[in-house]
Formats: sequence, C-alpha cells, structure tokens
Amino acid sequence: MRIDCKHVWQHISEYIEGDVDAALRAEIDLHLETCEICSAVLDSTRNVVILMADDRVFELPAGFSRRLHERIDQELELH
Amino acid sequence: MDCIRRILDGEKQLFHELIRPCERSIYLLLFSLLKNEADAEDAAQETVIKVYQNLHLFRGEAQFRTWVLSIARNEGLGRLRKQGVRKEESLDAASDEQSGDYTPAILTSWREIPTAALEQKELADLLRNAIETLPEIYRNIVILRDIEEMDIRETAAALGISEGAVKVRLHRARGLLQRELAPKLKAFAPKRKGLLWGRA
Repeated sequence: MRIDCKHVWQHISEYIEGDVDAALRAEIDLHLETCEICSAVLDSTRNVVILMADDRVFELPAGFSRRLHERIDQELELH
Repeated sequence: MDCIRRILDGEKQLFHELIRPCERSIYLLLFSLLKNEADAEDAAQETVIKVYQNLHLFRGEAQFRTWVLSIARNEGLGRLRKQGVRKEESLDAASDEQSGDYTPAILTSWREIPTAALEQKELADLLRNAIETLPEIYRNIVILRDIEEMDIRETAAALGISEGAVKVRLHRARGLLQRELAPKLKAFAPKRKGLLWGRA
C-alpha cells in the first residue's frame, strides 16, 4: 500500500517523536524520497519544534529567580 | 529522595537546590494558563511554598518535577476559577477522539534551522506570539513537551490527562504552529550559495 500526502501529514508529529511502527516509518520514508512537499512539511514542522526548545524564545522575567528564592527564605524562617 | 529526606530532617536550605531545576517549568506552565507575567510569577511563588509545605506528602511514585507541576497547574486553575474564567477543557478534550486531520502550510524545501536568527527579537516574538495564541489545551502541551522537553508520560502526568490525549493534542498543536509559523520563519532561514528560496 502506497500512502498519500494526507496520510503522511496525519503522522508527522508521531514520526518526529519516533513513535511510528517500522512498517509505517518505511512507508513514510519511501513517500518522502519522492515528495518534495511532504519533505518540506516535515522539515518545517521539525524546525519549528527545534526553535521552540531554544531558551531564548521564552525567557523568565528579570529577577524572577531572585524574588522566588527570597520568598522561599521567608517561608523557611517561619517554618 | 535523599535530598527531600534531608530537608525534612532539618536541612531546610537544601530546598533552594531542590526547586531550582523546576523553576522555569513552573513559571512557563503558569504563564500558559494565566497569560500574564505578574500573575504567573505570583502563582509560581505560591506553588513553591505549597511544595515546601507539602514535601512530606511526596512519596516518589512520580518524578518530583511532575508532582511539582501538578501543584502548579492546580494553583493556576484555582486562580482562573476565582477570576471567573470558564474552563472549556472538557469540550475541547471531547474532540481528542477526532482524527488528527489538518492541512499544513505547503512550502518548498526548508532544511535550514534559523537558530542564529533567534538573536533577533522579532523571531523570538514571532514564536512566542504563535504559542501564546494557541488554545489553552494545546498551549500547555507545547510548553511542557516542546519547550520544557518533558517526555510524553511526564507531560500527561503533570496535566492529568492520558498519554494518548497528549499525542493527539501535540500533533494538532504542531500542525497549527507549522501552518502559522513556517511561511514566516522561512524568511529568517540563512541563505546559502546556490540555494534558491521560494522555488515553486
């Protein structure tokens, strides 16, 4: 059975997670070899995932950690 | 568990080191719920105090961070209830049964990862805005799995949902982000000699 683009898109996230079985992975790999669009969808989804994991995207507010530990110190003194 | 035992035995200052690796996850989860920096910080402080006060209840069945994040989530949801924000999670969760059908943004080749461009504020803003505008049930998953890089099991435990629901929501969230971000992020990708962007 040859899978189509829509079928590949349905499994993109699991494919990135490495959470598809060997048979389906082989089908997707075969499709990707010849489908430029699905290859680009896979690359762009994976790249979005990689970029989101970068600590520079979501930074903690300045002084967050200091204020948190000051609050902890107050609690430790009480209890 | 050894660190927790020592804290409970009186070495209280060790609590600073115990909680430090969880700080960022606590804040980001609360920010995803409350969508406000000041509220998220206040709730993060309250969460950490509750963790300290209830440390004797931690039995080690779950990972410590998972336990901490479930306390953070309860703190955030409690604040939303007080603010009168209606939770629609059950409605959204019902749709988890549907297939993960979506139409992605159709592009031509995009293999470069523009991590260097993260130095530019616009790219980080673009990513942050896209994540912040996701529906809450998807935003939480993305924050824990893709930003804090927790595994599926830990994410499910922290949010009190099944691993299957995490996978379905993650798929949808990534699909929404790909559709929103990919066409815009491509402009930040480094250009290489001999590679033409935007080929049809």
